[in-house]
Amino acid sequence: MSDPREVTTESRPVRIALITAAVAVLLLFLLLPLFAVFAEALRRGWEVFMASLTEEAALSAIKLTLLAAAVSVPLNTLFGLSAAWLVTRFRFKGRALLISLIDLPFAVSPVIAGLVWVMIFGSKGWLPPATLEHLLAPFATVASAAAESENFGGLFEGLAAWLKDPKFIFSTPGIIIATVFITFPFVARELIPLMEAQGADQEEAAVTLGAGGWRIFWRVTLPNIKWGLLYGVLLCNARAMGEFGAVSVVSGHIRGKTNTLPLHIEVLYNEYQFSAAFACATLLALLALVTLGLKSVLERISGHAAAGKH
Amino acid sequence: MSISIHSISKTFGTYKALDDVSLEVPNGSLTALLGPSGSGKTTLLRIVAGLEFADDGPGKILFHGENVVSVPAGKRGVGFVFQHYALFRHMSVADNIAFGLTVLPRSKRPPKNEIRDRVHELLGLVKLDGLDKRRPHELSGGQRQRVALARALAIRPKVLLLDEPFGALDAKVRKDLRRWLRAFHDEIGLTTLFVTHDQEEALELADQVVVMRNSRIEQVGSPQEIYDRPRSPFVYEFLGNVNKLTSPDGAKRYVRPHEIEVVFAAEYDPVTDRIARIQHLFSAGPVATLSVRLDDGQFADVELSRKQLDDLGLSVGDEVAIRSRPEEV
Repeated sequence: MSDPREVTTESRPVRIALITAAVAVLLLFLLLPLFAVFAEALRRGWEVFMASLTEEAALSAIKLTLLAAAVSVPLNTLFGLSAAWLVTRFRFKGRALLISLIDLPFAVSPVIAGLVWVMIFGSKGWLPPATLEHLLAPFATVASAAAESENFGGLFEGLAAWLKDPKFIFSTPGIIIATVFITFPFVARELIPLMEAQGADQEEAAVTLGAGGWRIFWRVTLPNIKWGLLYGVLLCNARAMGEFGAVSVVSGHIRGKTNTLPLHIEVLYNEYQFSAAFACATLLALLALVTLGLKSVLERISGHAAAGKH
Repeated sequence: MSISIHSISKTFGTYKALDDVSLEVPNGSLTALLGPSGSGKTTLLRIVAGLEFADDGPGKILFHGENVVSVPAGKRGVGFVFQHYALFRHMSVADNIAFGLTVLPRSKRPPKNEIRDRVHELLGLVKLDGLDKRRPHELSGGQRQRVALARALAIRPKVLLLDEPFGALDAKVRKDLRRWLRAFHDEIGLTTLFVTHDQEEALELADQVVVMRNSRIEQVGSPQEIYDRPRSPFVYEFLGNVNKLTSPDGAKRYVRPHEIEVVFAAEYDPVTDRIARIQHLFSAGPVATLSVRLDDGQFADVELSRKQLDDLGLSVGDEVAIRSRPEEV
């Protein structure tokens, strides 16, 4: 590429000008902000940095963020696999519509994605907490009974308490639902083109060789899409942890209770606690760096695998 | 195991891919389904395999007299070789071949060492000894094809189905593999049905050729019959190498290039001959091809041996008499 005799290259001054411009943009827009986050976070020393990360509200925000990701990533992995399998292995009426619907969360603004849930579950919504409490009352009774059982009642205590006072808006379930909605398409989007390109040949071969559906999935389908799947899960996770807009609408910003990490950072920032805000931001920045690192590793591995595919 | 296909139809949406097709594939035969793309030959093969369901109706598929229409693909005992082989690319050659045995229910699954022995036996059969640890992408096209064949044979199928078995190979390998497959078939004697769009391949390889066109069977017969007595203009033309000539009386006649005789214009016989002028002359190889223009403006291809050509001493622009007994269709 650096060979100046390549036919598609420009003259030396043009090349220098273009490269300088590209490097300048890269530094200014990508590396400088990243550097600023770390510099600002550590400006008042390591102790302040660590204290900001270990105070109660920060820990609670980290916990909530991890919880939202822990629920939405597995759910959307399962959903993405099923959806990709359905639309790439079967032709049916409404298939094109389904593919568009999968993309819906990408297409709408996250604020709208949040407002939808407020509209449904808010106190003036279609299913306000009072109605929900009424609807869920039978389940609440069952769950309370289960919670009182000796052996593993502890497992049901939280559920029973929530069913007695079911709230989505300004509470953890609302945040989880909003996150699930927002991160819906990541895995499916990654798998659909991959599975479409691979075709059903290998699965059909497995069928003629006598393999059942479950075995075909584990031994033929999954090994063929594993890198794409991991990639989708990675992106899904990054978004689940970083989502701001939709979560912001349903959260209500109750400090130490319904703040995720991005929301917590915003609160701190609005309170002029810059060092604390940036300290928390480093966590998200690190998440981004790790995601990027893993992504390039995955791309290299799957690139090798694809090169051998023919 | 013989295969009998009785009035099978298949519709995709509004498109009729197979229209009331019936066919007998004799036990131990090597039968070719020959036709242009879209003629329904692959659909028929996939229905026999159970990868596609025929339309509801009276249609039946019998394996040795037993109706298998409602038997799932995995239980039909069919070995299927896909056009692009469909090898499991994340598995070694040995694991690919063993797949059909390792997915058997535990009660029927042979022990590991038996599976290993069977894999090695099959590798030997398809002449791929020593390649068991390779991955599919490390093999040539012809080798992959034979792995796919070994994988299909591992389950000891009752019939073998091949979809365009040589379609993805280059000309040289294709020819070698064709001969090899014929010999292989004679050795194992498994009833085999294969799909091809290449008439030369079908004629050279098969015991029985089934010519398909527009979702129907056009003609069934031995290669000799099909070539010598095509039943329709379509079969005549599809088998290739044919001149379609209109006689002065308006009748359409088909005549193959090698069936035309060339004589000096001086020997012209008005009853059997036509006067023609040589337009082109291709003489690379053992057979020379002349492209001639008849006195009424029609063109025809003529094949003759190099020796004949040399004896006649013909060159472009010469006038000759051509003599034939063209068949009327």
